[in-house]
Amino acid sequence: MEHIRNFCIIAHIDHGKSTIADRLLEFTGTVSARDAQEQVLDDMDLERERGITIKSHAIQMDYFDDKEKYVLNLIDTPGHVDFSYEVSRSIAACEGALLIVDATQGIQAQTISNLYLAIEHDLEIIPVLNKMDLANAMPDEVKDQIVDLLGCDYEDIIEASGKTGYGIDKVLDAIVEKVPPPKGDPEAPFQALIFDSVFNSFRGIIAYFRVMNGKIRKGDLVKFVNTEKEYEANEIGVLRLEQEPRPVLKTGDVGYIISGIKTSKEVKVGDTITHVEKACDAAIEGFEDVKPMVFAGIYPIDADDYEELRNSMEKLQLNDASLTYEPESSAALGFGFRCGFLGLLHMDIIQERLDREFDMSVITTMPNVSYQVVTNKGERIEVHNPSGLPDHAYIDHIEEPYINAQIITDSAYIGPIMKLCLDKRGTLRNQVYLTTTRVEITMDMPLGEIVFDFYDKLKSISKGYASFDYHISGYREAKLVKLDLLLNGESVDALSTLIHQDNAYDLGRRICVKLKDLIPRQQFDIAIQAAIGAKIIARETVKAVRKDVTAKCYGGDITRKRKLLEKQKKGKKRMRQVGNVEVPQSAFLVVLKLND
Amino acid sequence: MSLAGIYIHIPYCKQKCHYCNFYSFASNNYRELFVDALLNEINLRKNFLGKEKINTVYFGGGTPSLLNIDELNKIIQHLGDVFDLSDETETTLEANPDDLNAEKIHDLKKHTPINRLSIGVQSFFDDDLLYLNRIHNSKHAIDSIENAIKAGFHNMTVDLIYGIPGLTEKKWRENLRIFFDFNIKHLSSYSLTVEPKTALNALINKNKIKNIVEEESIRHFEILQEESDKHAFIHYEISNFAREGHYSKHNSIYWLGGHYSGFGPSAHSFNGKTRQWNVSNMKQYVESDTVDKIVREKETLTIQQQYNEYVMTSLRTSWGCDTLHIKNVFGDSFVKLFEKEAEKHILNNKLLKTESVYKLSKQAKLFADGIASDFFVF
Repeated sequence: MEHIRNFCIIAHIDHGKSTIADRLLEFTGTVSARDAQEQVLDDMDLERERGITIKSHAIQMDYFDDKEKYVLNLIDTPGHVDFSYEVSRSIAACEGALLIVDATQGIQAQTISNLYLAIEHDLEIIPVLNKMDLANAMPDEVKDQIVDLLGCDYEDIIEASGKTGYGIDKVLDAIVEKVPPPKGDPEAPFQALIFDSVFNSFRGIIAYFRVMNGKIRKGDLVKFVNTEKEYEANEIGVLRLEQEPRPVLKTGDVGYIISGIKTSKEVKVGDTITHVEKACDAAIEGFEDVKPMVFAGIYPIDADDYEELRNSMEKLQLNDASLTYEPESSAALGFGFRCGFLGLLHMDIIQERLDREFDMSVITTMPNVSYQVVTNKGERIEVHNPSGLPDHAYIDHIEEPYINAQIITDSAYIGPIMKLCLDKRGTLRNQVYLTTTRVEITMDMPLGEIVFDFYDKLKSISKGYASFDYHISGYREAKLVKLDLLLNGESVDALSTLIHQDNAYDLGRRICVKLKDLIPRQQFDIAIQAAIGAKIIARETVKAVRKDVTAKCYGGDITRKRKLLEKQKKGKKRMRQVGNVEVPQSAFLVVLKLND
Repeated sequence: MSLAGIYIHIPYCKQKCHYCNFYSFASNNYRELFVDALLNEINLRKNFLGKEKINTVYFGGGTPSLLNIDELNKIIQHLGDVFDLSDETETTLEANPDDLNAEKIHDLKKHTPINRLSIGVQSFFDDDLLYLNRIHNSKHAIDSIENAIKAGFHNMTVDLIYGIPGLTEKKWRENLRIFFDFNIKHLSSYSLTVEPKTALNALINKNKIKNIVEEESIRHFEILQEESDKHAFIHYEISNFAREGHYSKHNSIYWLGGHYSGFGPSAHSFNGKTRQWNVSNMKQYVESDTVDKIVREKETLTIQQQYNEYVMTSLRTSWGCDTLHIKNVFGDSFVKLFEKEAEKHILNNKLLKTESVYKLSKQAKLFADGIASDFFVF
């Protein structure tokens, strides 16, 4: 135990977490430089392309200082707000954290909120200034920020470069010297924290855990405390580059367990594993059943593909327990699913995975948050879909989720950011100057406003510099109205949205204007209307195409013309007939495209 | 339909029309090598259509009327040596009005087997011709037709373009009146189209000249339909009108899925399964000594593509799309697909059905592309 070091990395997207991680693996000989695929830890294609680690993983390294061998377990953490609960569980499995800050950019909001999580869990923080090889690095300024934040000494900050390998040896030494070895009682009943799980099509769900107390042997009967399910530990082992089976794992170890679990729902991040006999006294603190906060409908473009979509969703959920779905039907789109996501990025990822991994073309409808409707009789109903709202007459009031938002920005952009937040019904809670030019703003905001176009706007008004993080803070009453969209007089349920009444007129108008762009001209005029109840608040018209014919069709070049019409037909296939109007996929997400 | 035709592409022009997107150029590059290169290609690719009897020969361009009588005869004679041409072969020459002086027409009639002229009039008004950047003027247009009639060309067609900015309804009716007064039996009339990579496109984008107004173009089309009805012309293809019995045999081959072999740079050929087209580069063309160098691309049509093409071209014609033909050539499954898709178009009065034949309704002719593509299968 004295020679184990469990640590994670806290970094903002693109600050170099993955490259530093790769260097650590290389320096410890866990992978050879030549064999190293770039960014070993991110093994989903999508992750590599987006440069974001979506699902956390773990890897074990051996490190020899002058005389002794140490086992270092790096527990990777996802770097996006949507996955903050997973981050907190990874942090709970560690005793130390590398705080990686891009020397050219400085500290970002995401870094700070994860850092606070780490400090809350008493992790030893090792600050690392990355990208020191770049000409535009500003080490002095960024070190000031770090010192202000951590109260550490300037000498504690390690200068490094994931790209060149500079400083990596110092990082490894610091991990061994500063990160405390795991605590825990080797003789106590077995108690382990699940911090992640993956799906393997041959072996089922593989759970990753950290042993907090006691030990586990292969073949032991174990129990997952929160789900109350019992399994036999068919295989346990450690996470090297590949999984390596071991007969026993002891206090402080990080490893995996395979026990024939078929669905991801049975393995909940944050759950406690213990023995069926001689169980531990209590579950590890901090377990939460993560609830999706953003909901949207997912429908097959071709209604005949519903069953195939169901199969795809089932398979997706096998390795992504945070995805929820239930069948739903829409007058406009037919049969599909109401899906719950952790956030907008998560929603994007699911849509893209459906496309890439399952070749499913889907229509995603406008996202909304989870509302609580309190009826006249005092019942509380959770509503995930604007069209699922009870009749007006039965509603006493509606409550919507609020978040506590942190924005860190260059002080030059405070004005416009403040205006944006206020427009989004935010209220200022706090404003702190981190340095003379960097400000942290804390706001209370309705999550529903973030779901629309907040993030993109924030990025654009701050020229990409502002960073943003949030946590759900609770539900509050809100004056919400249902905004309906009509095409040629017919209400399209898949386009309905719940919106604060003060913004409804403006949004209704903007949606109509944008839909006019997105819906191609057809053989008749198309009226696009926004309505609240029976009242039309905005209208646009897509003028009819009056002509769609090629004049010349000879010279023998039939191929060219055929190809043109093939293209036309393929475009039509990606559209959905709603009433008599062909609506393209993109139009159902019109609210997210208002600024494009 | 078992007609087969030969197309000869002559890319030379005195001046390039602004709307033109065919392979053509206003220079005499490789002019002295060109006819021999053409004869050489005919030798190299003579087997493409097998032993099919050839019903039509068509000189298109470009401006084929730039060829002199000897050159034309040399090419036609060579075709006769290589292919099975009959005495009834329809041999068409596309001609620009300014080339058709009395002497040239006389020689064409008297000293060549050319028996059909396609005269590129486009408009009888100078301002339209200027907009289009045509080299001829309205006087050339009238004279050329009169000369042709005098010389005894009975089989003749004229091209007229509508939808030109500045072409009023009145002027358009006047164009049609002048045409019908000549008592010519065939008219090709096109809606001016702004193709990418043309001078017209560039000039419109730079606001140097006026853009096309769709409503005007549609109105012109309606007038065209109306006038051709009045003169007992059959609207037998989207852009083609003729008295019964005076249809263009050659162009009908394209629309009815017939076979053709095209010679000259950029020319297309089709033998029922394979379509291929030649390089669009004169230097490469005249220097090529093998089929592989002449042919730029080749595609073998899948049954779906053949079906798509049949629907696409047949729906443009007055013969319509015949499900018996579909059944015979493509099989019952394609008939089912066709009939299913046709339902809504029949309900919307876009398609008219008579026994096994489906035709576009009069108003649906403006939507021929969209309707055809609805039937496409992959």
